[in-house]
Amino acid sequence: MSTLSERILNAPSGEYVDRKVDRAFACDGTGMLALEAWKNMGASHLAGETEFSIFFDHIAPANNTTAATLQHELREFAKSSFMNLSDVGGGICHQLMGEGVVLPGEIVIGADSHSVTLGAFGTFATGVGATDMAAIWLTGETWLRVPESIGIHLEGRFSGAAEAKDLALAYVGELGTDGATYQALEFIGDGVKDLSIDERMVLSNLSIETGAKAGLFYADDITVRYLRERGHTVKPQLPESCSYSRDIEFDLSDIVPLVAVPHRVDTVKPVDELAGLPLDQVFIGTCTNGRYSDLARLARIVKGKKVAVRTIVVPASAAVLMQAIRTGVLSDIVEAGCTVGTPGCGPCLGAHMGVLGEEEVCLSTANRNFKNRMGVGGEIYLSSVATAAASALEGEITPPEVA
Amino acid sequence: MKAEGRVVCLPADIDTDVVIAGRYLRTKDRTIWASHVFEDLDPGLSHRLKGAIIVAGKNFGCGSSREQAAIAIKEAGVVAVIAPTFARIFFRNAINVGLPLIEADLDCTDGNLIKFNLSQGTVEVSGKRHKVRTLSPRMQEILGAGGLVEYWRKHR
Repeated sequence: MSTLSERILNAPSGEYVDRKVDRAFACDGTGMLALEAWKNMGASHLAGETEFSIFFDHIAPANNTTAATLQHELREFAKSSFMNLSDVGGGICHQLMGEGVVLPGEIVIGADSHSVTLGAFGTFATGVGATDMAAIWLTGETWLRVPESIGIHLEGRFSGAAEAKDLALAYVGELGTDGATYQALEFIGDGVKDLSIDERMVLSNLSIETGAKAGLFYADDITVRYLRERGHTVKPQLPESCSYSRDIEFDLSDIVPLVAVPHRVDTVKPVDELAGLPLDQVFIGTCTNGRYSDLARLARIVKGKKVAVRTIVVPASAAVLMQAIRTGVLSDIVEAGCTVGTPGCGPCLGAHMGVLGEEEVCLSTANRNFKNRMGVGGEIYLSSVATAAASALEGEITPPEVA
Repeated sequence: MKAEGRVVCLPADIDTDVVIAGRYLRTKDRTIWASHVFEDLDPGLSHRLKGAIIVAGKNFGCGSSREQAAIAIKEAGVVAVIAPTFARIFFRNAINVGLPLIEADLDCTDGNLIKFNLSQGTVEVSGKRHKVRTLSPRMQEILGAGGLVEYWRKHR
């Protein structure tokens, strides 16, 4: 009996395989380096059967002439080679690939570490660097070592103010930043049944923070319905009994709001222990927590009130932004004193649009709090949207109220 | 593949933001990456890396997929990186840009001489020889070619 990774890659764990890639994508940062490698390989045309995409999301819009010039070159390449192109403001690659593009059972490779987000759809999705991406443009294939899998067994339902991000921080805290290196995570059990696609994407997204190669959910009725609404007919993937290299259990009703403190994602504390910590900035967005449901949750908490600290909100995609406009969520957020940035990665990687000053403290809904990541000398705490919203209103880390 | 170098010790869980910060990614100039490598860990380190072998703790290269991290280390003159484990994307990136990696858990003393033989899977520290895990045949092929660009120039 096989794990989902073994089924999709069609080989037992530990084996090295060459596999055709169904979809491959790169971003502005990795894409320009991939383009250089591609040229140096002497390549002239793209492999035939893979769907290729380029997303401008990391430093988009460009922040200076150097970046703009490099991006121009990549944009022209994407156009002339007939790749799918998502330009400035389209949104984050992982979000857009998850808005009805990737399908269960596919092999999807992204030149970005958070490509694991797409495991939420029963897709084997993993990240590579730029030169690997160039080789996929050339051949349509890549080599992979079939991973062993760690079973994350979920039961129960969230209670109180806890949300998927808190569970994600809980499992990263449990496994540590290298607890799943060279392995995959599989999220299974009765607790999965009630999790929305957005919640699954949060859980898959953070799997890389344990070193995992993929973070997979089996496609079920919720996946089938989500994809049907976006024009695809797919079948559920039924789990087989299989053995995991390690089993971890969580009862969702035990999860409490958590915060990852600087400078590691696996140093996790209950938010109550950090209550009162003064903040200079709150950032809500990214491939972890920039979806419509996140913005709607933020709006529910801040509506009719005023934030007490600068609060930057960056929708994960243009569709998210559009939905927030249509439903009035965006006006609630802006009326509360938050500011809204171009759909994309925002300040998460510290390249533009909201970097921190020295000794400034930010509470962020992103997935990384590495030293200096959002600006030299700045400190990053990671939390759920509910915790970030409650904290924005107070200007200090604040436990969220039960909805 | 055989080589030798003087040891520079680094801690565990070195992430790619620490190897090369996001603020230096808005360029393709490799000399910029090399001169700012490990800047947020130790601003003087980049000048001590020519001919060095980095011996680090577990989980080296965790975090972002930025290949600039592997390129920065190689361009700074590092001969190889030795660690008990590497983050998998960094592992691929390093091999793809022709930077040898060796999975081994070694006691580290700055300045020690280390020799290694990748095809035999041996590392020699202060005259003492250790057997280490060899790279997969594919990775050895890519590294032998000088990186994935050179590999595909030959195999296309």
